[in-house]
Amino acid sequence: MNIIVCVKQVIDPEAPPSIFNIDAERNKAEMHGVPPVIDPYGEFAVEAALRIKETQDSNITVISLGAGLSREVIKKPLAMGADGLVLLEDEAYTGGDSWSTATALAAAIRKIGEYDLILCGREASDTNAGQTGAGIAEILGLPCVTITRKIEITDGKARVERVTSDGYDVIEVPIPAVITVSNEIGEPRYPTIKGIMAAKKIEPVIWKPADINIDTSKIGEAGQHVRLRKLFQPVYEGKCEFAEGDSPEEAAENLAQKLREAKIL
Amino acid sequence: MADYKGIAVYCEVKDNNILPISAEGLGIGRKLADDSGQELAAVLVGGNTGSLAQQAIAQGADRAYVVDDPLLKDYNTDAYVNVMEKVISRITPQVLIMGQTDSGRDLAPRLAFRLGITVTMDCVDLAIDPESKRLLQTKPVYGGNAQAVFTSESDPQMVTIRTKAMTALEPDASRKGEVTSIAADLKESDIRMKVLERVVEEVAGLKIEDAEIVVSGGRGIGSAEGFQQLEELAKILKGAVGASRPPCDNGWVPDTVQVGLTGKIIAPELYLAIAISGSSQHMSGCSGSKSIVAINKDAEANIFRQARFGVVGDWKKVLPAFTEKVKELLAS
Repeated sequence: MNIIVCVKQVIDPEAPPSIFNIDAERNKAEMHGVPPVIDPYGEFAVEAALRIKETQDSNITVISLGAGLSREVIKKPLAMGADGLVLLEDEAYTGGDSWSTATALAAAIRKIGEYDLILCGREASDTNAGQTGAGIAEILGLPCVTITRKIEITDGKARVERVTSDGYDVIEVPIPAVITVSNEIGEPRYPTIKGIMAAKKIEPVIWKPADINIDTSKIGEAGQHVRLRKLFQPVYEGKCEFAEGDSPEEAAENLAQKLREAKIL
Repeated sequence: MADYKGIAVYCEVKDNNILPISAEGLGIGRKLADDSGQELAAVLVGGNTGSLAQQAIAQGADRAYVVDDPLLKDYNTDAYVNVMEKVISRITPQVLIMGQTDSGRDLAPRLAFRLGITVTMDCVDLAIDPESKRLLQTKPVYGGNAQAVFTSESDPQMVTIRTKAMTALEPDASRKGEVTSIAADLKESDIRMKVLERVVEEVAGLKIEDAEIVVSGGRGIGSAEGFQQLEELAKILKGAVGASRPPCDNGWVPDTVQVGLTGKIIAPELYLAIAISGSSQHMSGCSGSKSIVAINKDAEANIFRQARFGVVGDWKKVLPAFTEKVKELLAS
């Protein structure tokens, strides 16, 4: 099995909201003092690939896209157990939307050529869009199952559980296919010391736009189909009325009383 | 190039009714149509949807396009993308609105790429820019830490909307509109994926999306046993139990009760958040609640920024006393 996993480097979504800041001039989000991370949903996709590798002989290639990607961060999937890393690294790839990103990733996947399965996170934790996987599938003419929690491969078919709001659907799809992975698949494994040592020895393959035969007008900011007009932080009025008391129990009773008076109960 | 005009709303159908989120889509669609002097069209796709066209018209549509085919009885990505590509290429709307539902999340991006456009997912606000006349599409990003306003470069300008973010109109059964049938022309060979089974994980009692009161717990609850105390309070209040993501990931409660960006988005009368810090991704799922009441040992927890009432304290001490007092108050 040749598995390709697409991951993204993002600002840490688990960092406290208090250090999240927006540069209104540049319409860009920033986080000071906290290093970037592999997008958590992408890590679930890496985990899904590694679970398949446990059941059958597989080669896992991770692809990412951006400029100035932190080697320490972007090599984490290798430390978890992936076999190779391809980076589409160039300023021309940056500032894109899901259209230009999927276009570049699909071109790179075509260049890799041999694949049975392409995995992505269900969405990225920064854009929360969830389009790249479906976009890659459409460009490559492959079927796509989104938001999944279990993947089994047998006889040229993937049997996949797709998360729904009241349970899950069991879907069978021929491979090659694109599958996007949700957190319900279970916690991604931690890199082992052995894995970290192995990752150190693997050099990423860097592809510039010319290497994947793509015109720079189709990728990054130039290839966008949507324009970001404004990025802002919603403001909440912090007007919480606290119920007090000499003991937690008394505070609890006062809270119930307040809710009754406000006709909430 | 096609002449794009009008607003279209893709109406999802379940149990012989248009979904509430689709009625909300028709509500905002009506407003956008009126603001821009255009028509509002409803698109219904399914196995037996013909009779629902009038329902869409009563909810605000000027006309309805109906695709009825036994192959469309249940949602299937390949079948629905093929049919919607055909419908949208024929009616060429300037704006296409869908719901951020199980199938909307799957269908919208694929359809957008098929049509050569992108879609802005999970919008919480839509308006026409008075200057450019383009659709301003506002959506939460960074897990709800920020919101972004996008415009599309080309038509149709496509969006999905978040549940309960828009308002449906009161249905008006006297409204009239033209209904057009479009043939699906599907071939079995177009459909690559097969849905083998749909598993519904039954939740005992009320579903959180239907409950007026939701008692929700976070990582701090610590165990499945801890959640039994929340169950007890929910029972007294005739509400349902919800959770943030960690309790679901840890298996203390089923995944189906997760409240948040990637779980359920709910808007109950009362949301009781117990030992929930209030991450942006969680707040995305409950900030539409009428009242949020929080119990948390950290006075600086984010949840208190959106809560109306709160107690700072250890839930293990606060909750039993609160439950007792509520029982007493409700009995009197």
